[in-house]
Amino acid sequence: MAEITLIEALRQGMDEELERDERVFIVGEDVGQRGGVFRATEGLFEKYGEARVIDSPLAEDSIVGIGIGTALYGMRPICEIQFADFIYPAFNQIVSEAARMCYRSAGEWTVPMVIRVPYGGGIGGGLYHSQSVEAFFTHVPGLKVVVPSTPYDAKGLIKSSVRDPGPVIFLEPKRGYRLIRGEVPEDEEVLVPIGPARISRTGTDLSVFAYGMMHHYCLEAAEMAAQEGINAEVIDLRTLKPVDRETILASVAKTGRALIVHEDNLTGGYGAEIAAILAEEAFGDLDAPVRRLAGPDVPAMPYSHPFESWFMLDADRIAKAIRELAAF
Amino acid sequence: MSTEVIMPRLGESLVEGTVTKWLRHPDDHIEEFEPLVEINTDKVDTEVPSPATGTVLKLYVAEGETVRAGALLAVIGEPGEAVPDAPPADREEGATQVAPPKTADQGTPKAGREELGFISPVVSRIAAEHNVDLSQVSGTGSGGRITKKDVLAYIEGGQAAAPWEEPGSGDLFRPTEEFFGKKPGAVPEPTGLADTVLPLDAVRTQIAEHMVRSRRTSPHVTTLMEADLGRVLAHRKEHKQSFAREGANLTLTAYFVAAAVEALKEVPIVNSSWSEAGIVLHKAANVGVAVSLGEAGLIVPVVKNAQQLSLQAIAKTINNLAERARGHKLVPDEVQGGTFTITNHGVTGSLFATPIIHQPQCAILGVGALQKRAVVIEGLSPSGEPEDSLAIRPMVYLTLTFDHRIIDGGIGDHFLGIVVQRLQSWA
Repeated sequence: MAEITLIEALRQGMDEELERDERVFIVGEDVGQRGGVFRATEGLFEKYGEARVIDSPLAEDSIVGIGIGTALYGMRPICEIQFADFIYPAFNQIVSEAARMCYRSAGEWTVPMVIRVPYGGGIGGGLYHSQSVEAFFTHVPGLKVVVPSTPYDAKGLIKSSVRDPGPVIFLEPKRGYRLIRGEVPEDEEVLVPIGPARISRTGTDLSVFAYGMMHHYCLEAAEMAAQEGINAEVIDLRTLKPVDRETILASVAKTGRALIVHEDNLTGGYGAEIAAILAEEAFGDLDAPVRRLAGPDVPAMPYSHPFESWFMLDADRIAKAIRELAAF
Repeated sequence: MSTEVIMPRLGESLVEGTVTKWLRHPDDHIEEFEPLVEINTDKVDTEVPSPATGTVLKLYVAEGETVRAGALLAVIGEPGEAVPDAPPADREEGATQVAPPKTADQGTPKAGREELGFISPVVSRIAAEHNVDLSQVSGTGSGGRITKKDVLAYIEGGQAAAPWEEPGSGDLFRPTEEFFGKKPGAVPEPTGLADTVLPLDAVRTQIAEHMVRSRRTSPHVTTLMEADLGRVLAHRKEHKQSFAREGANLTLTAYFVAAAVEALKEVPIVNSSWSEAGIVLHKAANVGVAVSLGEAGLIVPVVKNAQQLSLQAIAKTINNLAERARGHKLVPDEVQGGTFTITNHGVTGSLFATPIIHQPQCAILGVGALQKRAVVIEGLSPSGEPEDSLAIRPMVYLTLTFDHRIIDGGIGDHFLGIVVQRLQSWA
């Protein structure tokens, strides 16, 4: 087994899918000759050629539009939006077209497309290179939304997403591209199904739900809390839509307390959906109010480093929230 | 099939005994009815016979150790059989617990519904499912609320402890349950009229716990003397106004505290606490003064460092503490750290009483009701012959209840004598 970075796991996953199925291709800005600004597609242009790894113009609506069009005719596009912050021009294509195509054509026309979206802050990206966008897309019926946090899940989920018959918004926590390393088997195919969450730390005192980089900070915070005798269960959601209600509810039935952690702004963020599910379906199991810990409702992640640190959640702040919840 | 040897109850009122000598050891063979161990109690020395034939597998009590009736002494069986590792912690008679279990780190049990605090959905659900009276559950959550853990712990604790293993079936052995009709602490059978059960509040529970524990800890002995308060009353009458001008309401209690402090200075062994390491002589004389809160119970605020205080300062301090006690405004520091206590049971009419020592102190001074009594005054006739006369004097009975581990009657009397002498010679 090799220990590889998150970005390498993604590259491997795409490589394997391009190899396996000739309908799979990649389109996006700088994906081809440059190998991607994060090197996510490094070497693939050389290996598969310009017909399968396509450098697009700087036009996100076209990237997705091309994806939709080719997908309708049987291709399996992997569209890359270079930074989540740039996805908005493509919003109409995603929401009005890709998401509705299957439903509106009564299943006759489908869009088996993956839109890869590096998201999140902590890289000094400031206003236009740090945003989280999951809340917009989890809201839309007809889309799947996936967020791996580990290399194993990144490889397994990108492959499953390519094989999925519908449009998948594939969010990648870019701060973790090189920061997060993990074991990924080399001699077997790694496939992680879209849907199930993963309990990364079992516990008894409270349930912590997270995804992306926050999942890693939550694990750190749980270890800090364990020193104080608090045994937190940590769950990596992995798929935000369709979310694994069963695992979430089972965990809260056991612990009675829930903390939802995400980097995105608090109000209307994805955590509100989980909190609502718990309030509706786990009411009789709750021993404390459901707590969300999220980014502040501020229009931009600061560029200044100390302000960025203030904006981003970290293990200390999560541990504090864990402590407070455990003490209720 | 192994047989457990259970400590029997060796007499009507004997509930524990000391293992003095094991007559057989592990791996020894023993026949049924052969003596296995010698047990000593205050009244009876006895040999306990083996309930079965077999090999002694394991002994659980060392020579010299004292155990209660019902404790596991040994196991007899075939070599190689599995034996329990150690006797379970509370293998005492009446093994089941009826009242809610009290563990040191659980909060105080609740009284009425209004004190329950926030009941979360899951606590409410579990309570309903298991028919739990939440007012009996201690809360450890924020603000003392009952958490899911608390109610689950309560349910688990309320279950019966593991039933006893059958001891040997020999004729000479009887399980000690047979000596007891009922579980201890059970609510008595209702009479024809409907009995009322007053729920226990935190203060009552704490008082109860302390009183039982104090009695169990210290051998209480009480000595009684009387004091003529004539001079004290005269002093008080003379100084009451000037003290009041200084903001001190001069009560008789202040005199008793002052007299007690002087006696503590002269007999320091009374200002002490028992400990396994030795008798701890306290430097400061922190005198607690018991204050009745009526139906709400009693509380003992402490006059700290009374040895440094004048009569006036003592009076002021007592005023302040008593007022705050009745207003339920005392802070923990004000009721802790006492080294000696005075209780004025005379205010409610009692002539003398035998109060319970406030642990971990050595003694408690009880002050009875002030009563005009006819006493005999020894005197001389005009010609110098001894001649006694009767006088009406304001008398008070003083009792000193002391811990006989720390001091003996002679010292107790010496101490109380000094208190009497100080009061009677007040100037």
